[in-house]
Amino acid sequence: MSRFDLDELRQIMRASAGVDEGVDLAGDIGDLEFGDLGYDSLAVLELVSQVQRTHGIVIPDEAVEEMPTPNRAVEYINRLAMEGKAS
Amino acid sequence: MGSPTLTPATARRTGVVTGLGVVAPTGTSTADHWDAVLAGRSGIREITRFDASVYPVRHAGTIPEFESRTRVPDRLVPQTDRWTHFGLAAAEEALADADVDPAGLPEYEMAVVTASSSGGVEFGQREMESLYQHGPSWVSVYQSIAWFYAATTGQISIRHGMRGTCGVLCGEQAGGLDAIGQGRRLLRQGTRLVVTGGTDASLGPYGLVSQLRSGCVSTVDDPETAYLPFDRLPHGHLPGEGGAMVVVETEESASARGAGRGYGTVLGYAAGFDQSTTTGRPPVLARVIRQALDDARLDPSDVDVVFADAAGEHRRDRVESAALAEVLGPGAVPVTAPKTLTGRLLAGGAALDVATALLSLRDQVIPPTHGPIRLSPDHEIDLVQDEPREVPLRHALVVARGYAGFTGALVLGRGDRTR
Repeated sequence: MSRFDLDELRQIMRASAGVDEGVDLAGDIGDLEFGDLGYDSLAVLELVSQVQRTHGIVIPDEAVEEMPTPNRAVEYINRLAMEGKAS
Repeated sequence: MGSPTLTPATARRTGVVTGLGVVAPTGTSTADHWDAVLAGRSGIREITRFDASVYPVRHAGTIPEFESRTRVPDRLVPQTDRWTHFGLAAAEEALADADVDPAGLPEYEMAVVTASSSGGVEFGQREMESLYQHGPSWVSVYQSIAWFYAATTGQISIRHGMRGTCGVLCGEQAGGLDAIGQGRRLLRQGTRLVVTGGTDASLGPYGLVSQLRSGCVSTVDDPETAYLPFDRLPHGHLPGEGGAMVVVETEESASARGAGRGYGTVLGYAAGFDQSTTTGRPPVLARVIRQALDDARLDPSDVDVVFADAAGEHRRDRVESAALAEVLGPGAVPVTAPKTLTGRLLAGGAALDVATALLSLRDQVIPPTHGPIRLSPDHEIDLVQDEPREVPLRHALVVARGYAGFTGALVLGRGDRTR
């Protein structure tokens, strides 16, 4: 898969789970906790399942715990994609 | 909150309706709905949310002008079904109308009780399509919270921080009355304020087919004559979407906030359930109406207007008119069915009738039943038709029946709100 980045995650967040009032997704959100951005655990699960669909990778449900922030989610997804290529 | 103390005063405690919110085929606000009802502007339209041309029913009470994006918080639009969107929008209007700021009240003393008949049927169908067309990973995680009957109650509760005893009632067309009855019960047990009512949105392909199975939906293709309750030759009803939410509070809470007696008070409520007609047991409707009047401590002569269930099927219309004639006297009280402008809204129907009845009490005018109805001589009722009727109104009776036997009656008393 092509490298997954924060902008793509922003798009998925907007489309799949909406945006809370007072949250600027276009801003510097990379290191903010999903909870502080208004995304609960269900919202993060939904983001993950969107990534699985669009990139054809398999992400275990437990992986959500390793994605507390958008940047960590991007890192995790790219690492997983690289491992998938290597195997 | 401790266990409720039922003193004689609290056991008889009644609910004051201080706010109304409407999302209906007749309008997406209380004011627009009431204008349309008095003017006789129908919300029955061709179904356009999907291609209904191959279905035996192509018209329904629809709300094409409702915009989720402007009426529902952005985060909740993709997470919830259209029926919840209606409920959130109506609840917000009702709270604003009541001038309640939930953040300023004790969260465990406020509750939400709604009625639902179809749940998130359109959301569910979309996700099932994804499942069958693409596979399990394509099903939205929000399916888990969007489809089920309590979703609207839960989302309203979360949005407004109302954490008292919440619930959902599923009683088909009678559910709206059951929800308000349950709301009043909570007021007697220590809750100060309840958002209650009902909505439904079952006009997608699967939702429509589910309704067709009842055999009660009219297949007449003319929107003006498809649904003619109490007519000599009724053909059934048209379905519709939408409903209403109301804010009901204790008299102490309403007067402490300066809301007085609001739009009116919930004076009496009763429910029953019909056995199958094959058992030969008589319909429960007359008994339920009597019980609601007893609960309100009123005599039949105190009722000034009836908002009818208006099934639009001859036998069921006959059961209703006979019950009204038996309890209130033949032709003794004006009867109206504004739902002829919206179709039958499932869980939203009786809730909308309650809102309309309260507006009727406020403005001392009975809105007419819509459509070219030739009243059958089998019905000994004074059906209000053609024009609104201005008469002094003290109390209104709302009657509702749901498919398979649900039966409810609610008695409302006049408030002191002027607009």
